Amino acid sequence: MSQSTRIATHESRSVTLLFIGVALVYLLLFLGLPLFAVFYQALSKGWGLYWAALQEADALSAIKLTLIASGIAVPCNLVFGIAAAWAIAKFEFKGKSLLITLIDLPFAVSPVVSGLVYVLLFGAQGWFGHWLQAHDIKLLFAVPGIVLATIFVTFPFIARELIPLMQAQGKEEEEAAVSLGASGWQTFTRVTLPNVKWGLLYGVILCNARAMGEFGAVSVVSGHIRGMTNTMPLHVEILYNEYNFVAAFAVASLLALLAVVTLLVKSLIEWQARRSGEPLHHGA
Amino acid sequence: MKFPIKRLALLGIVVMLSNAAFAADVSILNASYDVSREFYKKYNPTFVKYWKQKTGDNVTINQSHGGSSKQARAVVDGLEADVVTMNQSIDVDILAQKQLIPVNWAERLPNGSAPFSSTSIFLVRHGNPKGIRSWADLAKPGISVIIANPKTSGNGRYAYLAAWGSVIKQGGKAVQARELVGKIFANVPVLETGGRGATTTFVQREIGDVLVTFENEVGLIKQEYGADKFDLVYPPLSIVAELPVSIVDKVVDKRGTRKVAEAYLQQLYTPAAQELAAQFELRPYDAVIAKKHLATLPALKLFTVSEVFGNAQQAQTEHFKDGGVFDQLYSRK
Repeated sequence: MSQSTRIATHESRSVTLLFIGVALVYLLLFLGLPLFAVFYQALSKGWGLYWAALQEADALSAIKLTLIASGIAVPCNLVFGIAAAWAIAKFEFKGKSLLITLIDLPFAVSPVVSGLVYVLLFGAQGWFGHWLQAHDIKLLFAVPGIVLATIFVTFPFIARELIPLMQAQGKEEEEAAVSLGASGWQTFTRVTLPNVKWGLLYGVILCNARAMGEFGAVSVVSGHIRGMTNTMPLHVEILYNEYNFVAAFAVASLLALLAVVTLLVKSLIEWQARRSGEPLHHGA
Repeated sequence: MKFPIKRLALLGIVVMLSNAAFAADVSILNASYDVSREFYKKYNPTFVKYWKQKTGDNVTINQSHGGSSKQARAVVDGLEADVVTMNQSIDVDILAQKQLIPVNWAERLPNGSAPFSSTSIFLVRHGNPKGIRSWADLAKPGISVIIANPKTSGNGRYAYLAAWGSVIKQGGKAVQARELVGKIFANVPVLETGGRGATTTFVQREIGDVLVTFENEVGLIKQEYGADKFDLVYPPLSIVAELPVSIVDKVVDKRGTRKVAEAYLQQLYTPAAQELAAQFELRPYDAVIAKKHLATLPALKLFTVSEVFGNAQQAQTEHFKDGGVFDQLYSRK
């Protein structure tokens, strides 16, 4: 690693500058410009209209629903992610590789298809549709369906972040704790969890960003009832299609802000993790 | 002396409470197609007022919008819409096939349950530089035509059927209609999935020489983007795009909203609602109102789907099913 960095810095100056220049232009063109465009459009008719668009009843309800959906999905996936990662990284059992594959499934499946799967299962014509209707339970085209779809698409984020990290750390520390007389729970809360705290936070941040931004799967199960089952991304689309560009981009700017905050927190976590010596094995 | 006053007050509270209990809160959901938003946004408050006056009940009307067929699909899959307001009858027919409404739904309200209609017309760039006047002009080489996908949108379907019918109504044969429609769709650079998407392509992305879309969508474009940027062209012959409505019996009976849902649709036929529709450039069913708006909704030579294709279902089966005429024509491209 250090060897290759040294070689890289020995490239001629012009080549280095060229590469940096290309990277910067690319970043500006594909990330900076769109971000700027969102805020520019949102504020094109002044702050007054911007605030009005955000305080409109349908917009507020979309924001609320987005918060509810991610507020349920993230804790669910947090509990699941920790449990799954712990089991996979620290124990050997039958069907482990199957479990890993299953966790990855939502990454592999297109969100639209995940949404349709719920329609197939819980729709009026679906497998459980009649039973649900007979018991007057509304899943689809209502808040529970949106929460379910959000949980599904954000399912792997936390587990995927923790598994490689826990595997890399091995189980020596846990074994030591147990041999010193710690119970399973003590081992988990005092050894395992503190060791992965930055990775965990990192996973939560990514999971939350995706939960709030999810469009495809939620669009299929939402039913698009204004003020009731529209999340922020769906609301943006509706406003845009209504020629209401200022309002569309005003709501979009909130999502963009979320992205910026996510990136900031993410960098902060990476920096903290490096400082505390805990490696972050993302993308492993 | 104090006692009776207290009692009176109590009685008053009881009366007030029971009054409040009589004024029920009901809500209905209207599942509608994409470009009807603006109309129902205006119509709904008038109905809320009417219903309050008539029954004392507070009704909340929720709106859901999307592609007409997509909306029908959602209702079939369990979206609890009390009423559907669609842009083509086959999207209501599918509810009958799934036994959510009776087969004779169209006979329950006047004019085949279509309180208003629209038609397919052209929008061209200012000054009509390519001289587009008729359906035949759309088939000329070098003309770029924007039409929504007939397989996914009512808007595109009517455009397709209008072009086909224009040949048949002028004495042409199916072979000639097929040739014309084939050439028109060979001139379509991108097939958008819905009417609104086609508008965006033509207006915002500035692709194409001519946009074929509903008359009421054109009205909205002029209003949003300025009347001077585009010219409106009425083809010599076009189609009646009936915009059918229906209550969803299975839903209203379950939710106990049949009365309010029925009234909601009946009120669409009142002069006030018809007038409102005309302001949104929907062609009103009411002849008196229609006459008042001849300046914006001129009398055109129009034919219905049934006149040329038997009925909407037959047109659907022959032309838009997988492997149907449209697929044959479009895949040949």
